[in-house]
Amino acid sequence: MKTKILLAAATAGVMFAGSVLASTLDEVRARGKLNCIINTGLAGFAAPDDKGKWTGFDVDFCRAVAAATLGDADKVNYTTATGKTRFTKLAAGEGEILSRNTTWTFSRDVDLSQTFIGVSYYDGQGFMVPKALGVKSAKGLDGASVCIQTGTTTELNLAEFFAGNGMKYNPVPIETNAEAQELYKAGRCDVYTTDASGLYATMSSFDNPADHMVLPEIVSKEPLGPVVRHGDDQWADIVAWTLKAMMAGEELGITSANVKSLAGKDNKNKEINRLLGKDPLQGISKLGLSADWAVNIIAQVGNYEEVFEKNLGMSTPLKIARGMNQLYRDGGLFYIPPIK
Amino acid sequence: MSTEMYKPGSYPNLPPPPGTVGFYGWIKSNLFSSISNSLLTIISVVLVYYLIDGIIGWFFFDAVFDADSKIECRKIDNGACWAVITRRVGQFVYGFYPEAERWRIDISFLTMFIAFAPLLYPDLPKRKWLLWFSGIYPFFAFVLINGGFFGLAKIEYSLFGGFMLTVILGVTGIVCSLPIGILLALGRQSKLTVVRTLSVCFIEFMRGVPLITLLFVASSMLNYFMPPGTNFSILVRVIIMFTFFSAAYIAEVIRGGIQAIPKGQYEAADALGMNYWQTTRFITLPQALKISIPGIMNTFIGLYKDTTLVVVIGLLDPLGIGRAALADTKWNGLSTETYLFVALFFFVSCFAMSRYSLWLENKLNTEHK
Repeated sequence: MKTKILLAAATAGVMFAGSVLASTLDEVRARGKLNCIINTGLAGFAAPDDKGKWTGFDVDFCRAVAAATLGDADKVNYTTATGKTRFTKLAAGEGEILSRNTTWTFSRDVDLSQTFIGVSYYDGQGFMVPKALGVKSAKGLDGASVCIQTGTTTELNLAEFFAGNGMKYNPVPIETNAEAQELYKAGRCDVYTTDASGLYATMSSFDNPADHMVLPEIVSKEPLGPVVRHGDDQWADIVAWTLKAMMAGEELGITSANVKSLAGKDNKNKEINRLLGKDPLQGISKLGLSADWAVNIIAQVGNYEEVFEKNLGMSTPLKIARGMNQLYRDGGLFYIPPIK
Repeated sequence: MSTEMYKPGSYPNLPPPPGTVGFYGWIKSNLFSSISNSLLTIISVVLVYYLIDGIIGWFFFDAVFDADSKIECRKIDNGACWAVITRRVGQFVYGFYPEAERWRIDISFLTMFIAFAPLLYPDLPKRKWLLWFSGIYPFFAFVLINGGFFGLAKIEYSLFGGFMLTVILGVTGIVCSLPIGILLALGRQSKLTVVRTLSVCFIEFMRGVPLITLLFVASSMLNYFMPPGTNFSILVRVIIMFTFFSAAYIAEVIRGGIQAIPKGQYEAADALGMNYWQTTRFITLPQALKISIPGIMNTFIGLYKDTTLVVVIGLLDPLGIGRAALADTKWNGLSTETYLFVALFFFVSCFAMSRYSLWLENKLNTEHK
């Protein structure tokens, strides 16, 4: 009997506490800082520079949301999480956004009660080989020995790909990415397979990256994107449209360099006017944002192209091509709803 | 040849024949006593030379101590690229603690030695006065490091990291777990059933669960038990888990010490009319703790090194900082240098602890062995 009362009291307490919570946006504004959950360290996506400032593709997205909501991209507290702790940290409220190269899957979206607000980076499993091997396509890997992390989805994808193409391979099972690098460098396996962005990061750590190449075939779908908790649609919309504003910036030719001048004048393209707040967007006040939200994002962080090129692109050691991660008009997968 | 005559018993001690003692004598008898031994010596010297030449060269002579990136390092020389450490030494020491506030960590760290000195060295002059400082030190350090009082800026826990995090976790864990461990050990030996059962349950549960599980509980589960909105910092949760875990081990080590005390000691205490607390204070604990010093120190060193496990719940201890540094595309691939540096730090601190425990053992040695 006593336990029942206790349980009831606890449930009531939790429900009560849940109902009095302010909206996420109000919480962030009251605190003056955005709490963002990021990776403990992944080349190109999240890493501290020598001064201790976090940089990277995922980090820049946190900064963009801070720019949209608080008007200052630097007002972010970063909380680091591993693959195992990221979802509980988000659920426990240690951050308002999980921006940590997280693959969008059914069960993560539905079962874990969280909302994926879009795809910021299309990744997929790829193959890395030494150029000396002379292979130009993954279809030519018949009989190759492959370094593969055991117990991951990549293992299954690999088996499916080779079986589907009627080819054989010798798996070289390994536990960690670091171990794989060593085995691959020592020539113990011909091929190393993991997510393509991870392959580029691995390759950039080699003394002679030019001696290796990532094959064009991508054998799995890994759509990575920011995640928020269920239950606050306003916040989910803010985060989703922050991402879309960055992509729209690229589509409309708005960059961090020209955004201020474009915002100041009447443009022929009315979509630019609407995005930059010249012609007010209907419903922007419902989002709780000021009219210059997109100006802040693009001026302080940049449009999608700028962020991609700065962290992952050809000018960085990672040298990742845009591939699927460009606008539909350039042959990529990003198709943004009209800004109306 | 001297032909001088000596009286019986007054013959002076002559020096040993040349070539049998001193440097040359030692070399001759130990390294070149036969042809095969001479060959072995020469081969070994050559091998050691090449080995040391390579290692020392990599460590020092061919190493680069300052550069902007790994690529630049490799351009300068082909040894170790210590620039990844020298450029990030602040991060390795303080984590992401704001640069302008780092003096607070420095002061806390230095005064920690003053606070510990009277506890560690019983013969210190003015020990009574210093003990007062030891008493208030935890509050002093908390206010200084955490901030939020007396005009000191509040520092978020997510900015803590590096060696500072290891020292905070390790020292707090060690200091708190010893008294709890002693109480648990006494509780387990207690004649009161409730106390004994509770102690046994606690010890067996904590010892029976891997530390990494407890850390996951600290990082994930505890959040669900707290009402939403409570800010119960991950750092405090982790410290509590470390303390409990290590207290369970300490309790068992001390129980071993208590059981090693001869029964006659208790009987003598009873005969003198001492009550339980007097016996514990003057008979049991002084002897039990002395016997347990090596075991206690063993547990402490283990706990100290176990603090690196916090990396799995996303806290950036030196190992985490090292990995984060490797994720920077500028330094990607310098794992050997990074891990060696972290290993050196842990070796130095653990070696110091181990030396102290040896010193204490010798000091308390009453030759009753």
